[in-house]
Amino acid sequence: MQPTKQDIISKLRQDMIRWEGFRPPQPGTNNDLGLGPVAAAFPDGVFPTGAIHEFISNSPEATAACGGFIAGLVQKLLSDGGACLWISYTRRIYPPALKLFGVDPDRVIFVDVPMQKDVLWVTEEALKCEGVATVICETKDLSFTESQRLQLAVEKSHVTGFILRKDVKKANTTACVTRWQIRPMRSQLRTGMPGVGHPRWQVELLKVRNGRPGSWIVEWKKQSFQTIVTPQIKEQTRQYA
Amino acid sequence: MPKRFASIWFRHLLTDQKAIRQPGLKGKAYVFAEPDHGRMLITALTEEARKYGVTEGMTVADARVIAPDLQVFDGKPGRNVKLLTGLAEWCLRYTPLVQLDPPDGLLLDVTGCTHLKGGEKAFLQEIVSRLKTIGYDVRPAIADTIGTAWGVARCASSGLIVAESEHRNALMPLPPSALRLSLNQLLKLRNLGLHQVSTFIYMPNSVLRRRFGKDMVLRLQQALGQEPEYLFPLKEPVPYNERLECLEAIKTRPAIEIALNNLLEKLCKRLHGEGLGLRLAMFTWYRVDGKNGNITVGTNHSSNRVQHLFKLFFNKLDTVAPGLAGIELFTLDALKTEPVSDKQSEIWSAKGGIDHEEVAELLDRVAGRIGAANIHHYLPGEHYWPERTPKLNTDIKKTPESEWRTDKPRPMQLLDTPEPIEAMALTPDYPPKLFIWKGEQHVIVGADGPERIEREWWLEPGEHRDYYIAEDEAGQRYWLFRSGHYNAENNQHWYLHGFFA
Repeated sequence: MQPTKQDIISKLRQDMIRWEGFRPPQPGTNNDLGLGPVAAAFPDGVFPTGAIHEFISNSPEATAACGGFIAGLVQKLLSDGGACLWISYTRRIYPPALKLFGVDPDRVIFVDVPMQKDVLWVTEEALKCEGVATVICETKDLSFTESQRLQLAVEKSHVTGFILRKDVKKANTTACVTRWQIRPMRSQLRTGMPGVGHPRWQVELLKVRNGRPGSWIVEWKKQSFQTIVTPQIKEQTRQYA
Repeated sequence: MPKRFASIWFRHLLTDQKAIRQPGLKGKAYVFAEPDHGRMLITALTEEARKYGVTEGMTVADARVIAPDLQVFDGKPGRNVKLLTGLAEWCLRYTPLVQLDPPDGLLLDVTGCTHLKGGEKAFLQEIVSRLKTIGYDVRPAIADTIGTAWGVARCASSGLIVAESEHRNALMPLPPSALRLSLNQLLKLRNLGLHQVSTFIYMPNSVLRRRFGKDMVLRLQQALGQEPEYLFPLKEPVPYNERLECLEAIKTRPAIEIALNNLLEKLCKRLHGEGLGLRLAMFTWYRVDGKNGNITVGTNHSSNRVQHLFKLFFNKLDTVAPGLAGIELFTLDALKTEPVSDKQSEIWSAKGGIDHEEVAELLDRVAGRIGAANIHHYLPGEHYWPERTPKLNTDIKKTPESEWRTDKPRPMQLLDTPEPIEAMALTPDYPPKLFIWKGEQHVIVGADGPERIEREWWLEPGEHRDYYIAEDEAGQRYWLFRSGHYNAENNQHWYLHGFFA
């Protein structure tokens, strides 16, 4: 039977995704990062590991939210072994907090680069190393060329990189696969209860290659991401809770 | 193998060095003088000055009378030791064991080294000719004992190489000054008419000791090899080292890289055979013009992989300066070695942990660029005080002894020093209603706390902290604390310490 036009097109689409640097998930590895409905935005519905992800934050509060979200993702990436490097120029990340997001702080190596210009050099070296599972880089500026270099490095080594850009005035074009913006949101508790609830974020996927950008409300609860889809469903959970 | 020692005597150490720096002085009569009891005494002089009858210890005024065109320079005490140290380092190319022999000599343990230059004669000839090209007038000698070599170098008219177990005969015709004796003892010997070693060498030791002291007998016995004498080498010999001598002086970067690779291959092969790896290595180069330098690299894990170690050195190779003259000798020393860890246990995990070999190599490269002190790894510290909860760990292989605590919420971002804020609380010990940080007002809509954390008084004095988790209208979550108790009269000391995710 001749392949239909539809089949050919979908085959070509798959090829194009591969040529652009995406690799099909290796058998035996766990590629479900527990993002739930958010994962539908990605090509093939799988979070692209072995790529560079860009996070944008404008305030220390947003940086903390990004840190939490990234830590939640890193938790799953580290489950197959490998090291995690956290590279930054002025580090404020508090290691014990990572444990609350399921990452053992003693499995993370913090590289505190004394000079801003060395941050990307260290990041590229780390991304080239196959023994590393994931690299988180806190930086300020990232030009298109620099992002291209990082992307090329991970295409060979299949390391997942997170670039956390702080104090971004103007978001320029980069070769990163996705661009995220995480903002903290008011947490919700059972009605009438005082205090602060589980961390809750407005997760905006501003850009994703071959995917559909979107915006979600995500909560970190019971060591996993919980997407709060619509207010209606939220009401229902409230009844059961 | 019987020991062989060489003694090098620099006949005009200080004046030769002056002529090297000022070539115009060559062949002129000049002296160095140092002040002593209000007079200028001559400490070093050239052969030309000696011809006029000038000697060491003469005052400059007297010398000027004998030699009208004598040039006088100010001598610096301790200068000769400095020069000798430099020359001793230069001599490391001939043997690893070199000792300074102030005021004007060097002692070398050349056991098993001379054949590398084609025998003892060729060995000495090379030393003489090389030092002569630099500008030093030297007399070396080789003998079985340090004492004999010293004496022969300074006093013998010929026969600078004393054959094995011939040292007694070599000493016979020499004057007593060949025995490293003090001026007093020499004067006594002269007064007694003992002008040659042979005249008193057969005297019983007890007689010599009574007349000239213990010291003289010791020196005589050392020269004869009856008492042991050891060198105190300038540098401790490193058990694992490799050297590469270049036939022609090396100037180009690729050649230096080849030399380094060559040395690393030799050293790593040797270390691999013994199950060892490098932790600290030093690559040293010696230039033809006598200058040298080195690069040191350290590793996190003991490693004997050539490619990895080469990369570590490669980042620093820019500091190798061949100059115009070029490099003639490279050495590679393993300053610290450790057994290499077996890789068997890691074969099953796909990627391994943070002590994975590839990660360790990556960290070495990073440390080479930004410094090892900037790479941090934390273990749970058994402290409640937030600043001390993560305990800095130096050995990356160590695993935590206790669990990380998860029972209390901790902020994602922690400020190094808490920033003071203005906060307003309605009731004592209640979370604040609003606070101002950096001129911005945050109205708090939800808060948890207080969580009191006491200051660890055995470590530092100070107030306790009452921590609150506060959420403002925009949903931003902060970690605030009040330092000390609530006090109605005093101003409250509120601080912002962190941001929650």
